[in-house]
Amino acid sequence: MDMPVNDYIFLSLALFCIGVMGVLIRRNAIIIFMCIEIMLNAVNLMLVAFSKFHHNASAQIFVFFIMVVAAAEVSVGLAIIVMVYRHSHTVDVGLMNRLKH
Amino acid sequence: MNWQEIIFWILAVLALLCAIGVVTSRSPINSVLFLIMTFFAIAGHYLLLNAQFLAVVHIIVYAGAIMVLFLFVIMMMNMNADTEPQKSQLVRFAGVISGGILLVVVLAALKKADPALMSEKSTDIGLISNLGKVLFHEFIVPFELSSVLFLSAMVGAVLIGKKN
Amino acid sequence: MVQYVWLVLLLPLLGFLVTGIWRNRLSKTAIAMTGCGTVLGSFLVSCVLFFQALAPGFRSTQVHLFNFISVGTLQIPFDFQVDQLTLVFLLIITGVGFLIHLYSASYMRTDAGYGRYFSYLNLFVFSMLLLVLGANYVILFIGWEGVGLCSYLLIGFWYDRNDFNQAAKKAFIMNRIGDLGFLIGLFLMISRFSSVSFGEVFAQASALGTHSGVLVAITLLLLVGAVGKSAQIPLYTWLPDAMAGPTPVSALIHAATMVTAGIYMIARSHVLYSLAPATLNVVALIGLATAILAASIALKQYDIKKVLAYSTVSQLGFMFLGLGVGAYGAAVFHVMTHAFFKALLFLGAGSVIHALGGEQDIRRMGGLRRKLPVTYWTFLVACLAISGIPPFSGFFSKDAILAAAYREQPLLYYVGLAGALMTAFYMFRLFFITFHGDFRGTEESARHLHESPPAMTIPLVLLALLSFLGGWVGIPSSLGGKDLLGNFLAPVFRGGPAIPMPVAGGNTDLVLMIVAAALSIAVVFWTRSLYRQYKAETTPGRGLVRWLEHKWYVDELYDFLFTRPLPRLSNWLERHVESPVIDGAVNGMGRMVQWGSRKIRLIQSGQVGLYIFGMVAGAIILFLIAFFLI
Repeated sequence: MDMPVNDYIFLSLALFCIGVMGVLIRRNAIIIFMCIEIMLNAVNLMLVAFSKFHHNASAQIFVFFIMVVAAAEVSVGLAIIVMVYRHSHTVDVGLMNRLKH
Repeated sequence: MNWQEIIFWILAVLALLCAIGVVTSRSPINSVLFLIMTFFAIAGHYLLLNAQFLAVVHIIVYAGAIMVLFLFVIMMMNMNADTEPQKSQLVRFAGVISGGILLVVVLAALKKADPALMSEKSTDIGLISNLGKVLFHEFIVPFELSSVLFLSAMVGAVLIGKKN
Repeated sequence: MVQYVWLVLLLPLLGFLVTGIWRNRLSKTAIAMTGCGTVLGSFLVSCVLFFQALAPGFRSTQVHLFNFISVGTLQIPFDFQVDQLTLVFLLIITGVGFLIHLYSASYMRTDAGYGRYFSYLNLFVFSMLLLVLGANYVILFIGWEGVGLCSYLLIGFWYDRNDFNQAAKKAFIMNRIGDLGFLIGLFLMISRFSSVSFGEVFAQASALGTHSGVLVAITLLLLVGAVGKSAQIPLYTWLPDAMAGPTPVSALIHAATMVTAGIYMIARSHVLYSLAPATLNVVALIGLATAILAASIALKQYDIKKVLAYSTVSQLGFMFLGLGVGAYGAAVFHVMTHAFFKALLFLGAGSVIHALGGEQDIRRMGGLRRKLPVTYWTFLVACLAISGIPPFSGFFSKDAILAAAYREQPLLYYVGLAGALMTAFYMFRLFFITFHGDFRGTEESARHLHESPPAMTIPLVLLALLSFLGGWVGIPSSLGGKDLLGNFLAPVFRGGPAIPMPVAGGNTDLVLMIVAAALSIAVVFWTRSLYRQYKAETTPGRGLVRWLEHKWYVDELYDFLFTRPLPRLSNWLERHVESPVIDGAVNGMGRMVQWGSRKIRLIQSGQVGLYIFGMVAGAIILFLIAFFLI
C-alpha cells in the first residue's frame, strides 16, 4: 500500500476548490450548505491520509469529531433555513441582505 | 500500475465528477443525489486507506442521516428546477475563476513538497479496536463534550423550529 | 570654607519659600525678619569668604554641586566659581540688598501684599547671586532669566493698575529680545567650543587669536543680551517705565543690581572681548551714546523717579564706556560706587514720596530741607558723589573710566566729560528744586510732611557713609593711594591678552582729574544759582526743550515701528496662513477619513456571497504572500 501522499493532497484540494466554487456560484441556500459539506469532506479525506502517513490515530479521531460537529451543524442550519423560508417564502441568498449597513 | 492505484483513480474521478455535478446541476434533488454518490466515493477512499471504522461511520452519518435531512427539507419546500434562482453569468464566471485560482496557487505551493512514501509500519490504526483505545484514553473529554454539543443542537433545532 | 558658598544661595531661596508660602499666615514682623534676615545671613557668609580671599595665595575656586546637563561631549555642571570679581559683586548684592530690605520693611508696612513683596525680593536676590556665582554661561543665564522674571513680578507688584502691568510687560519683553541675542551667542559658543564653562571657553578662545570672526559674532550676540538687561541703546526704554514699581524695588533692581548684570557678564567674559577689539569699540560707542542721550533727557524730566531712572541709564552707559576701553576694573569700581549712591538716591526719593503721601512730581515739591533733615543731607551726599566731586566715591570711579578713555581715544574723554557735567547739572537741578525754595504742594501734603522712621533713615545714613568712603578703596597711585580695589581685582583680569590698564601715568591723569573736578564744581554752583528759587513754569517747552521733555520721541518711534505693525501682521497671518493652511490640513484629514469611511461602507452590502468571495480572495492573497514572497 505505497500510495504517495501527494495524490491524496491534490485530490482533497480539488474537492475543496470545487466546494468553494459551488458556494460562490449558487444562490440557493441549501445547495450552498451542501457545498460546505463537500469542503468538510475534503478536509476529512486529507486528515485520514495523513493519519496513515504519520501512523497517528489521533487524526482519525479528529475526523470522527468533525463528523460529529457537521451533523450538529446541519441540523441547526437546516432549522434556520426552514424558519427563514417560513418567514419570506424564499431561500434565495441574494434576497437576504438585511445585514446591510 | 497495481490494482490499488487503479481503484484509487476510479474513486478519485468518481468523487470529482459527482462533486462537479452537485455544483452544476439545475435541480436540487439531482444535487442531493450527486452528493450521496460523492460520499460513497469518499467512503471508498477511506476503505482504501484501511480506515474501516471511519468508512462505516461516514456512510451511516452522512449518506444515511444528513442527506436524508437535506432531502426532507428540499421536498418540504417543494423545490424543483424551474423555481431555482440563478446568479448572473458574470458572477458565476468570477466564482469559477476565483476557485480555480485558489486551486492553482495552493498546487503551485505544494509542488515544492517532496513526494514521500507512506511508512511501512503496520497499518492497523484504522481498526476499530485501536481507534477505540485512543478515543477512550486520550480523547475522553472531547467525547463527553460532544454529547453536550448534540444536546444543545437538538434543543436549538427544536426551539428554532417552533411556530410561535 | 569656600565649599560653603552655597549657603549664600540657600538662605534667600529659603526666605522666598517661607515668605511666599505662608504670606497670609505670618505676621508682618515675622515676614520682615525672615526676608531681611536671610539676606543679612548671606552678607555675613560673603564677608567671611571675602576675608578668606584677602589672604595671600588665594586662588579662584570652583565648587561643584552636581551634573546639570550631560549630553554627548557637552558637559554643563552646576558649578560655582568664587574669585575676586564674584566676591565684590556678592558683597554689593547682599550688602546693599540688606539695607534695601530693611528700608522696605518700613516703607511697605501698609501694603497688603507684604509677604508677596518680600518673597519676590528674596527670589530676586537668589537669582542675582546665582548669576554672579555661576561657573559657566548656562548657570549665569539661569540667574539672568530669574532676575528678569523678578523684575517683571516686582514692577507689576500693584497689579490692579493696568499701566503698571504694561510697564512690567514692556520690561520683560525688551529683556527677552536681549536674551534672544544672548542665547544665540550661547549656542554659537557651544557649537564652536563644545563647552560653556568659563575656563574652557576662555582657554579655547585664546587659541583662536584676535582675528576670529566667530569671537566677534559671539561677543556681539552676548552684547545684545547685555544691552537688553542693562538698558543701553536701543533697549533702554523699559527702565524709565519700570519706575511703576515700589521705590525700594527701583533702588535694588533698577539701580544697584539687576541692571549691572550686563556689566558683570562682559567683565567676566573679558578674555573674549579683549580678543574682539571690534566689539569693544561697539561697546564703548553704545555706552557713550547712551550716557549722553539719557543725560539729555534727564535734564528736562519732572518726575523725581524718572530723573533717577534716566540717570541710571546714563551711568550704565559710563560703565559700558569703561568696559569698551578695556578698563574692566574701573567699570566694576563704578558699579560698586554707583550701587551705593544710586540706591541712596532712590531710597531718599522714596522717603520724600512717603513724606508727601505719594507725590512724585518735583514741581509740587520744594522747601523740604527743614522738614526732612536726614533725607536732605543724605541726598546731598549722594548728589555730590554722582557728580564726581572729590573726595566722594563717584569721583574716583568715574575718573578711572575717563582716564582710561583718554588713553584710548581723547575724543571719548571729551564727550564723556560732557556727559559727566550734564550728570552734575541734572542731579543738582533735581536737588535744588526738590529741597530748596518754597513749598509748592497742596495744603494737605504740607500737613503730611514728616521725617521717615528710623528703619528708613538708618539705611540712608549707612549708604551715605559708603557713598562718601566707598571710593577710597580705589584711590589711584597718581594721588598717592594704593588702588586697593584695582589690585584686588587684578588677578581676575590678568587672564586675557595684555591690555594696558589705566595705571597711573604721572601727570596726565592728575591734570585730567583736576579739570574734571573743577568743571563739576562749577556746574554745581551754576545750577544752584539757576534753581535755588524755582518757580514752576507753566508754558510747555519749545524746540529742543520739547524734544527733551518727550524723551526724543523714542517711545513713539518704537510704537510706530514695532507695537502697531505686529498685531496687523498677526491678523494677516491668521487669515492667510493659519485658517486655510494649518486648519485646512487638520480639518482636511478629518474630512478625508469621513469620505473614505463612506466609500468603504459600501462593502457591507448584506450579500453573503460577496462576503464569501472576499474571504476566498483574501485566502488566495495570503497563500501567495506566504508561499511565494516570504
